[in-house]
Amino acid sequence: MAAVAPQAVEAHAHEEHEHHELSFIRKYIFSEDHKVIAKQYLISGIIWAVIGGLMSVVFRLQLGFPNLDMAWLKPVLGQWISLSAEGVGKLDPNFYLALVTMHGTIMVFFVLTAGLSGTFSNFLIPLQIGARDMASGFMNMLSYWFFFLSSLVMFLSIFVETGPAGGGWVVYPPLSALADANPGSGIGMTLWLVSMALFIVSSLLGGINYVTTVINLRTKGMSFDKLPLTIWAFTFTAILGILAFPVLFSAALLLIFDRSFGTSFFLSEIYVNGQALPNQGGSPILFQHLFWFLGHPEVYIIILPALGITSEVIATNSRKPIFGYKAMIFSMAGIMFLAFIVWAHHMFVTGMNPFLGSVFMLLTLIIAVPSAVKAFNYITTLWRGNIVFTPAMLFAIGLVSFFVSGGLTGIILGNSALDIQLHDTYFVVAHFHIVMGAAAIFGMLAGVYHWFPKMFGRMMNAKLGYVHFWLTFISSYLVFFPMHYIGIAGFPRRYYQWSGFATFDSYADLNAFITVAAIISVAAQSVFIGNFVYSIFKGKKAPANPWNSNTLEWTTDNPGHGNWVGEIPTVYRWPYDYSKPGASTDFIPQHIPYSATPESNLAHENEMIADEEEIEKIKFDANIPD
Amino acid sequence: MTIIIGILAVVFLVMTFMVLSKTQSLLKGIRPTEAAADDDGDYVDDANNFNGYAMFGFWLLSIVGVVWSFLHYRKDFLPEAASVHGKETDYWFWVSMSVIMVGFFVVNTLLFYFAYKYRFKKGRVATFYPHNNKLEIIWTVIPAVIMAGLVFTGLKVWTDVMADAPADSEVIEIMGKQFGWQVRYPGVDDNKLGKYDYKLTNDAEGNEFGIDFADENSFDDFVNPSVMHVPAGRPVLLKIRARDVLHSVFIPHMRVKMDAVPGMPTKFWFTPTQTTEQARIDLGNPDFNFEIACTEVCGRGHFAMKLILVVDDEASYEKWKREQKPLLTTYPSFIDKVPANLKAKAMKYLPIDETASPAVAEELATGGTGSQAALK
Repeated sequence: MAAVAPQAVEAHAHEEHEHHELSFIRKYIFSEDHKVIAKQYLISGIIWAVIGGLMSVVFRLQLGFPNLDMAWLKPVLGQWISLSAEGVGKLDPNFYLALVTMHGTIMVFFVLTAGLSGTFSNFLIPLQIGARDMASGFMNMLSYWFFFLSSLVMFLSIFVETGPAGGGWVVYPPLSALADANPGSGIGMTLWLVSMALFIVSSLLGGINYVTTVINLRTKGMSFDKLPLTIWAFTFTAILGILAFPVLFSAALLLIFDRSFGTSFFLSEIYVNGQALPNQGGSPILFQHLFWFLGHPEVYIIILPALGITSEVIATNSRKPIFGYKAMIFSMAGIMFLAFIVWAHHMFVTGMNPFLGSVFMLLTLIIAVPSAVKAFNYITTLWRGNIVFTPAMLFAIGLVSFFVSGGLTGIILGNSALDIQLHDTYFVVAHFHIVMGAAAIFGMLAGVYHWFPKMFGRMMNAKLGYVHFWLTFISSYLVFFPMHYIGIAGFPRRYYQWSGFATFDSYADLNAFITVAAIISVAAQSVFIGNFVYSIFKGKKAPANPWNSNTLEWTTDNPGHGNWVGEIPTVYRWPYDYSKPGASTDFIPQHIPYSATPESNLAHENEMIADEEEIEKIKFDANIPD
Repeated sequence: MTIIIGILAVVFLVMTFMVLSKTQSLLKGIRPTEAAADDDGDYVDDANNFNGYAMFGFWLLSIVGVVWSFLHYRKDFLPEAASVHGKETDYWFWVSMSVIMVGFFVVNTLLFYFAYKYRFKKGRVATFYPHNNKLEIIWTVIPAVIMAGLVFTGLKVWTDVMADAPADSEVIEIMGKQFGWQVRYPGVDDNKLGKYDYKLTNDAEGNEFGIDFADENSFDDFVNPSVMHVPAGRPVLLKIRARDVLHSVFIPHMRVKMDAVPGMPTKFWFTPTQTTEQARIDLGNPDFNFEIACTEVCGRGHFAMKLILVVDDEASYEKWKREQKPLLTTYPSFIDKVPANLKAKAMKYLPIDETASPAVAEELATGGTGSQAALK
């Protein structure tokens, strides 16, 4: 039991109480309270999701209806819609590329990394491990404001005259390094790199804080084998981020040098705009290695928190313990480890040595095994449960379906021989949008519906939640499932239109269909946003534990300053004692000692009653500074 | 096969309607939540049953949708492979696809069926079933074995495709630039591609490849910007490069894809099995053409980097090659770049009527730095 310093934090908290009320700015803007920071991340994430979603509607319109007159978008997009002599508006192909680039960047980093991890790691880590706050509230505050700055820079880049970055979210040089090759590679790309550098700083500040908090600030009795799976997931995610993001930072830094200071890390033998550039000896492939060394762990940074949230939501609402608690931890640990050694499966046909291709194919297909274990465990958790379909539960089940359906196609793409044909086609687009896009968004929405009562003290409207779920679930499948077909037919991604090729001149109906489904799925989010905003102010007042859940956060009062009044609860049992035979209720929270539940204890649990006194006697050393 | 699928589809349709009609009647029963007094389930509303049925109903409808859409759209899937390795990878694609489709249907069916079957019922207690190591081992080992099978077949195919090209391969250089493909052939006399240096690239003078005319292998090289010809039935080795940003050579029918990287030449070899002529007959489409596309985002014209690929039979391919004019013939001024000792050799590629003054040419050729400066 390595809990070190909560006592000190406590002392701190008491002091602060005597300082009395914080000013508005310290309380809501430059706040060090993890709950406020979580809400800041959540609301920023939602705003970014709206922007990213609307961008996808614009380029989907282009793809689904290539002859559509877009003149009506002129008031919004200005110079990016060019009018023909007859007044027919066309989307600028450069801006099309900028849109897909920004959509990818926004969704991957700002929504599904900051918005998902930032919100729920911040909100749940202290509450579920029984800590007053994060190890460093100040670093936590810095983390959000670096993210905010990064957001601001990225947002501004959308409005520069030459357009935002347009080389794809992977920003491969030389395209991203040469303003002559693509207008978006000018000031737009500079801002992209600055924004990402700030984002990485934010992510590291956050990640180090999460790991430190989980290791050091667990309450009495909260040993690692009693941690909720959410916390395990957030911890693994933070470790992934801490180890992977610095590598992206180095890639970004070297790219900045190449762009601005004449170095040749990634540039070699280039003739552009009628001129041979002096750069020689650099390697564009090196950038790809550095990028994907982050880029691949990044997809697990996105999906692991969503899986953690799902574990918690499914167990609670099946009224059953999560099946295979330890197997879940080990498979997440396996995924985390393997995540670092599969990156080059994004690069099978980049000209990398084919032998490397063989190695990475082997490692990539291994990662399917722990992922499969997780899916089977979720399904077995449902088996013989007593399932309550709260909106959160619906989204969690949706996530499992997406995770399975999207994960399976990864088995094909991870096979280098099959990847030759499918690489950079819509098959890839379909695969990752289902497995890490839709699945992670569903995890995030499940989290919002589940913890909203604890965040805002009010309930969201459940009926609207059901409507939101069914519209989103059905339309998401309708968007991404047919994309596989388009990919199998060979349609390349990041194409402004396909009709120039006889080979890709089919499926106009399917593309139009996908666009319509995409518009529905984006429009359906207004149901959520309306419900969300309305419920913050006017929702029904929430009880302390609306879902009859076991974890510690439900023992606190609904929002206030500080987490627990008085002493922090002591933990005696794991968080999944649902429907225990013999128990009077179908849930036994973590802070209920075994000595209080003799009727439902298992044999080995009766023996653990003896340890309870010892747990209670733990004294935290207040001399260790926090 | 079609009959079985048809029957299945009908069965599922019937089941779907049954579930849907049931949800209909349940929907009518939804009333505002009654504040139940019991402590387990005071937050379970009347929509719970509806959601349970809808889960399974959704899945049944999905099966119908998946099967129907698959049958309806499959005519455009993986257009008939026209290369030797393409047939191989296609076979393994469909094998893997069958494996994952089994997984897709089984796992999703269990998920949605359990969701429906074990929906909340008042008074029922969920089974406390926290773990079973035997089960964990079973479903670790089964995917692992399947993965191992796919890995080993995949490895074999991959190694074959990526092996060194056979010695008798027809070598052709393809270069990506914004926004188009350029093709260079080694010429009929020496059958060797001449050296290049990107610093010699000069679009204005017609040297788009940066061909180095100090190398005698360059003299008979010819380029063809409009179409790419390859012979059928013989390995073709593409030497791939890019001169500005990343591109990627994608020949959908040949199952060929390889990035073109500035500063790092790549390669891909394949054996076309079908001539364009034959494909037109087989497909009943007289306008059919093999096409080359770009699959690495390269800027504004990425979507329009098209090159027609013509697969000839051996005889017409050789005939076509002999008809092509070397670059030196098209741009006689390149003779200036040829060093003095090779001039005689290069002269024979000049157009007959060309009578360049040897003295002037020599002067220019020796001043290497001068021509460098001219490039700037």
